[in-house]
Amino acid sequence: MRRALDILFPLLLAATVLAAWEAIVDVKQIPPYILPAPSAIFAALVQNWSSLSASMLVTISVTLQGFLGALIAAIALAILFSQSRLAERALYPYAVILQVTPMVAIAPLILIWVGFDHIDRALALIAGMIAFFPILSNAAQGLKSTDFNLLELTRLYGASRWQTLVKVQMPSALPALLTGMKIGGVIALIGEVTAEFAAGSGTASGLAWRIVESGNRLEIATLFAALALLALTGILFFAALSLLEWALLRRWHESAMARY
Amino acid sequence: MTSLMLNISRLAKRFPNGVEALAELSFSLNGGDFVSLLGPSGCGKSTALRIVAGLLAADSGAVNFPTGKPELGFVFQEPTLMPWADALTNVRLPLDLKHGTRGEANGRAESALARVGLKGFERALPRELSGGMKMRVSIARALCSFLGASKPRLLLLDEPFAALDEITRAALNDDLLRLWREDGLTILFVTHSVAESCYLSERVLVMTPRPGRLSADIALPKQSERPQGFHFSPQFLDCQRRVSEALGAA
Repeated sequence: MRRALDILFPLLLAATVLAAWEAIVDVKQIPPYILPAPSAIFAALVQNWSSLSASMLVTISVTLQGFLGALIAAIALAILFSQSRLAERALYPYAVILQVTPMVAIAPLILIWVGFDHIDRALALIAGMIAFFPILSNAAQGLKSTDFNLLELTRLYGASRWQTLVKVQMPSALPALLTGMKIGGVIALIGEVTAEFAAGSGTASGLAWRIVESGNRLEIATLFAALALLALTGILFFAALSLLEWALLRRWHESAMARY
Repeated sequence: MTSLMLNISRLAKRFPNGVEALAELSFSLNGGDFVSLLGPSGCGKSTALRIVAGLLAADSGAVNFPTGKPELGFVFQEPTLMPWADALTNVRLPLDLKHGTRGEANGRAESALARVGLKGFERALPRELSGGMKMRVSIARALCSFLGASKPRLLLLDEPFAALDEITRAALNDDLLRLWREDGLTILFVTHSVAESCYLSERVLVMTPRPGRLSADIALPKQSERPQGFHFSPQFLDCQRRVSEALGAA
């Protein structure tokens, strides 16, 4: 019942907002190039479905590539940090620099270095760079937060560093890693969109490019349709990662048990 | 089982924050002893235990095992279980770390769980167990860490029952005594409870407030010589009086 209400309330709110939007556009006679009605946006979505859905698949694919690359790199670096204080001291400041540097400022450089011939690769790299830091910092924190007594026990039983890592530290870090993945997954999409804007029209072919193209042509209903698909993509990423979190933690971790 | 197993001489430890935990702590244990280390909070009991286990280095002094290093088992104040793993996997941890075969490890872990009264709870996660049951899993894991039948076994317990209710605590005290008798363990038991130390052990080492050193070494009646219902007897009250007086004088 509670879960049904969790779904029902946001849907009711969305229906109310859309109905009010439709009525205001109709009553005030707002021109469609300023604010199209939801019905016009839906019509544009249906009319342009083949090109918009293809762009959505490109956006999902590029974001996923960037996210997975960031995930592998961040976990590897977090493990290195957990094993070597020296490595952490040497490398962590650079990870922070990467995070605080506005990606929109260095995206053009990356596009030039990787080359416009490999535009998807450049976009994935930028998406990955944005997703990298939250995953790294959460995974590193998780690995460092292992119960001290458990670590002492593994020492007492003569465990190797690898055994301690695999049997105790990594499972213990899983909740923090999954939190980092949820943040990283969503902002990887933001990174991909930023990179597409930086790349400009004619090179990229994802949803952000559709938004730019529709804006240039004053096809505002199509722009809104692309925007809606972009939001849907973000929700899909978040939902998939939340589902993964639930599947992995539901039996033992308070966060997953309380929420679901 | 009466040979000298552990000899601690003039152990001192000061932590980096300036706290002097131990100053010249000396005592010894014979094989098969059940000895309690008793003292006020913060007197360095746990520090001494961790130094004996090799988890912490002393600034000076020595920890010697005259007949060779025994197999060590350790039970913390908290159950210290892996929350993602079931009871069997938790108990199996020492064996998994020693690369035993999975089948053999499972067999030994199941047997250890049965010995602490948790048969049928092999697949239960820590969150599904009560505080007392979690502590039983922790004790079963310590039993599982003893591999060689021929090597002496030293079980170190750091206030394991302090957070438990009185009924559970009494039941676990009896279980621990049973395991000690059945397995011929040597036990060093840290506690701040006078009654618990008198009930469980045959010797109580009383420590001074920080920095901890030995203040009294009190011999109590052997477990084999204690009458039924010992803890309701005048003898038990006398033991508590002697230990309490030593603690007051420390």
